[in-house]
Amino acid sequence: MKLTLKIWRQKNASDKGGFVTYPIDGISADMSFLEMMDVLNEELAIKGQDPVHFDHDCREGICGMCSLYINGHPHGPKQTTTCQLHMRSFSDGDTITIEPWRAKAFPVVKDLVVDRGAFDRIIQAGGYVNVNTGGVPDANEIPIPKRVADEAFDSATCIGCGACVAACKNASAMLFTSAKISQLAMLPQGQVERMSRAENMVAQMDEEGFGACTNTGACEAECPKGISLTNIARMNREYFSASLKSENV
Amino acid sequence: MILDSKSPIGPLAEKWTKHKFNSKLVNPANKRKYEVIVVGTGLAGASAAASLAELGYKVKAFCFQDSPRRAHSIAAQGGINAAKNYQNDGDSVYRLFYDTIKGGDYRSRESNVYRLAEVSVNIIDQCVAQGVPFAREYGGLLANRSFGGAQVSRTFYARGQTGQQLLLGAYSALSRQVANGKVKLYPRTEMMDVVTIDGHARGIVTRNLITGAIETHAAHAVLLCTGGYGNVFFLSTNAMGSNVTAAWRAHKKGAYFANPCYTQIHPTCIPVSGDHQSKLTLMSESLRNDGRVWVPSTKEMAEKLRKGEIKPKDIKEEERDYYLERKYPSFGNLVPRDVASRNAKDVCDEGKGVNETGEAVFLDFRDAINRDSEDAIRARYGNLFDMYQQITGENPYQTPMKIYPAVHYTMGGLWVDYNLSTTVPGLYSLGEANFSDHGANRLGASALMQGLADGYFVVPYTIGDYLAQIGPAPVDANHPEFAKAEKGVKDAIQKLLSINGTKTVDHFHKALGHIMWNYCGMARDAEGLTKAKGMIQELRKEFWRDVKVLGANEELNQTLEKASRVADFLELGELMVDDALNRNESCGGHFRTESQTPEGEALRDDENFAYVAAWKFMAENSPEELHKEPLVFENVKLTQRSYK
Repeated sequence: MKLTLKIWRQKNASDKGGFVTYPIDGISADMSFLEMMDVLNEELAIKGQDPVHFDHDCREGICGMCSLYINGHPHGPKQTTTCQLHMRSFSDGDTITIEPWRAKAFPVVKDLVVDRGAFDRIIQAGGYVNVNTGGVPDANEIPIPKRVADEAFDSATCIGCGACVAACKNASAMLFTSAKISQLAMLPQGQVERMSRAENMVAQMDEEGFGACTNTGACEAECPKGISLTNIARMNREYFSASLKSENV
Repeated sequence: MILDSKSPIGPLAEKWTKHKFNSKLVNPANKRKYEVIVVGTGLAGASAAASLAELGYKVKAFCFQDSPRRAHSIAAQGGINAAKNYQNDGDSVYRLFYDTIKGGDYRSRESNVYRLAEVSVNIIDQCVAQGVPFAREYGGLLANRSFGGAQVSRTFYARGQTGQQLLLGAYSALSRQVANGKVKLYPRTEMMDVVTIDGHARGIVTRNLITGAIETHAAHAVLLCTGGYGNVFFLSTNAMGSNVTAAWRAHKKGAYFANPCYTQIHPTCIPVSGDHQSKLTLMSESLRNDGRVWVPSTKEMAEKLRKGEIKPKDIKEEERDYYLERKYPSFGNLVPRDVASRNAKDVCDEGKGVNETGEAVFLDFRDAINRDSEDAIRARYGNLFDMYQQITGENPYQTPMKIYPAVHYTMGGLWVDYNLSTTVPGLYSLGEANFSDHGANRLGASALMQGLADGYFVVPYTIGDYLAQIGPAPVDANHPEFAKAEKGVKDAIQKLLSINGTKTVDHFHKALGHIMWNYCGMARDAEGLTKAKGMIQELRKEFWRDVKVLGANEELNQTLEKASRVADFLELGELMVDDALNRNESCGGHFRTESQTPEGEALRDDENFAYVAAWKFMAENSPEELHKEPLVFENVKLTQRSYK
């Protein structure tokens, strides 16, 4: 396959950045998208040019590190992570535009690498159950209906890649935040701090500069793990009931 | 130096309880005066950092990823073992201990393994309390599945994403301590060296991967929870960033490296498809619960298959060789990983491989789907099947999966005693980074167990004993050793940047990987290993003469990061070969072709090799010195492992 790549190059956070075009040849359909990027980088390195920097790690679709915005879609045309996208999804002669996630709360670090520290801070605001190591009850003393456990699991599969933010015209982090709030709101372990968790995580999300949700559903459509919009509805309910009963007056 | 394992004396079942009682404690008010550095935020690192912070220690946690949640523990699929005996099928702490010792082919330390089995039950309780959504039965209680190397169902799981859910649990506990101000987090920061003062670990040197800033951090103790070194093979199931650098630099500062040749080659991975391949993808071993492994019974038929003249479904039942079920009737497809891998290699070497490269066998779900329905199989393995289809373009519900072994886990690692202390006082090693619990072969679903056992339930006790003895006086961050170590790191980086040769870092990494896979992979012999040693030495020389590392230190520079890691792999590779050459026996994942039973199974030599080989770094480009920790078995009888 012969392709034309239009890639966002940006030296560092303060650089303005811009697109650079690279022709590339000899790409096989079995390669993953990132392996195609590896081929490009090997070519650049041999020519003495700075390789394109991009985040990637596990390359099996679970760590959430890879984050390329391809032809106007986070992680490209398929509902998967960039590392699980294969070149068989493209055709010979295609032009592929590759950009970083674009959101105020995810500043570009270099080229296609962004800073997603805001997600960590949202979790730090309450995405946990306050238990110390040791001194907890036997695991089977907390029975959980299978349906509830399965549903909580569905929310818990979020990999924190940020595709939802990149897909959203408002750069909203509602899908990410709601997935964690939902998981813990459904489980008995999360009940004690249910109210304060919703309040604190939403407050942190706003503070980070993520936009509001206008229910367009782009996040759900692009999420590589199929996190559902129901989570956002649940979070809104959690947040609403939390603010009614809030002790923060 | 005599390696003292510090295993407590007395009956096996009482050792840990007694040891905890005999360990000194740090007064709660004094704990905040101690600083502890944790490098790596996978299951071991995140759980240790969170637990130590909960106890009151001041913790700094470092990871090279952009978030602690991305450590490679996240990719573990199948499950976590625990001796809960919830299934009433005869499990017990002793049975888990026994299975692990036997699975490890009698090359691990009894006391450590027993403790692992003992605390396994606490791990499940802890994770459930954190909100980890394990699989459940309709009655609301926890579900279990069986796994290779065991005849009981003791594996807890969260679909095919158990590692992810456990890591997110540990990450949430860590995040909570960050919010409490007890843990300071340093993401995108790589450890470059350990600082030792008077023989004790007193801090680390780091590189900020965004700015390139080289910094030093002082502490009373340093915990290396930095994972395994499977990427020495270039192609492995490890994450691209997984590396040996932290452990290796610690090794060069005095920490002995134990059993480096013990590598686990996982039997169920997606086969290599071409030269461009950057990594291999594992399909959870749990698939072997329902999938049947087979190849055509004749070479001729395999050849037709490879040429595409026939399809798997054209091969009749009597023309299929379910070789694991045939050779191992009692364990069948659930034999331990090393046995399954070696048998796959054997049938492919016989010319019965089923894909274009001839290096693949079938894992077939046809019978399971007919028995339990496609929906039932989807509920169990849906995400794995999807992943397989995404990568290969084939639908495993309709045609059998193709699998082949790939490097997956390294049982070797930094030598640690019962306290998880390396040979450098104050320097601890947890999880895959240490060598301690899996002997020569790790059983499935035991890595998650060990990482969390070390972090949640072992080191929080054992570190107190050391800290109480050294006292809470602050570590002098201005000690000349810090400046010296910092300069060493800066010089090494400058050296890499100044070579400006003609070959890329990946070129060297791939070349090393080829050598390791061909001569120090699934089967090893003295001739090949000797040859490999020379080849690695040559390659290393060429690297330092001709590698091309672009850019500068003072920026995000992924080429420089990789170069620095590959430089360490080039040294580790040689030690692995030395260790494999020294161990003239077969055990677990280490198969010396010179040492096998008439049936072709691994043949141990207990008389001469029932020891841990711990290597001491002497000087650059010099042979390392071998120290032996004899393995004493007071509770189990050493037998030839049999899964027939």
